[in-house]
Amino acid sequence: MGGSSPCASCKLLRRRCAKECIFAPYFPSNDPQKFAIVHKVFGASNVSKMLRELPVHQREDAVSSLVYEATARVRDPVYGCVGAISYLQNQVSELQMQLSVAQAEILRIQMQLEPAMLTPIDQDDKTSLFSSNNFNINNSPHPQYINFASSSTNLIQDLLGGEYLWT
Amino acid sequence: MNSRCAACKYLRRRCPSDCIFSPYFPPNDPQRFACIHRIYGASNVARMLQQLPENQRASAVDCLYYEAQCRVQDPVYGCAGIISLLYQQIHNAETEIAKTQAQIALLIDSNTQEQQVYLHQNIEVESDLNILLQEQGDEFSLLGPPNQASSGFI
Repeated sequence: MGGSSPCASCKLLRRRCAKECIFAPYFPSNDPQKFAIVHKVFGASNVSKMLRELPVHQREDAVSSLVYEATARVRDPVYGCVGAISYLQNQVSELQMQLSVAQAEILRIQMQLEPAMLTPIDQDDKTSLFSSNNFNINNSPHPQYINFASSSTNLIQDLLGGEYLWT
Repeated sequence: MNSRCAACKYLRRRCPSDCIFSPYFPPNDPQRFACIHRIYGASNVARMLQQLPENQRASAVDCLYYEAQCRVQDPVYGCAGIISLLYQQIHNAETEIAKTQAQIALLIDSNTQEQQVYLHQNIEVESDLNILLQEQGDEFSLLGPPNQASSGFI
């Protein structure tokens, strides 16, 4: 009896694991839980379809992100990953506010230290004062937010009002 | 005659009165179910909804729709990509805040040192002044009350 053991997917699906099995490279037999959770949330045929639509070199990352999302959905059957996104967006907003306050404080102190150097300040001068910080929050990469229907937007706003903790 | 919900229309089946999808997939928004179906499949969604209390199903469907849209837009990373980006933003912001606070501390420290030097210099000037005034005062006492015209001091 030659032949390697079936991958975790084929074991769970109780089928023969073909040589060109699309799941085998990403769902080894020693980690049955990985496929089980993805199958539970997305379904084997959907996962197979998603993988087939991707070039081979991107499939490993796709499987990792699917496992991540499926795990989030199992932990939180209502909000899944969206709860984490909401929580993290909150954190980003708070930190950006803290940064603005700190930058304003620097400006205030610099004005105090060198009042003689004060000329009527226009926007360009203010920008140059911050340029050494090498950080412009207006240029920060924004998450790939999707403009979805208002009902979903309200959901996110509701989440912001709650105390969801993502661990 | 009740119209079918978007899910049953998509699945080309009769929409029963107790259809689990109909409260969350109105017929005027076919894209919503189509997107979710593409990623999760109808039976998975139905099972997920059945396992939830009714008052939580609307939120769950909203989130599934959001995640499905993320996955359609980014077939490799989906929502996980957004989360990763947010973590990166948090890290960048924390780094910048730390740098800015260090700059503030430096500025305050250098300002304090300058002030101390300034104060020290002022004290020296003042004591020199006092000595000078005293000397002038001694001179005046020898000469009589000061004559404003002749007192060129100050």
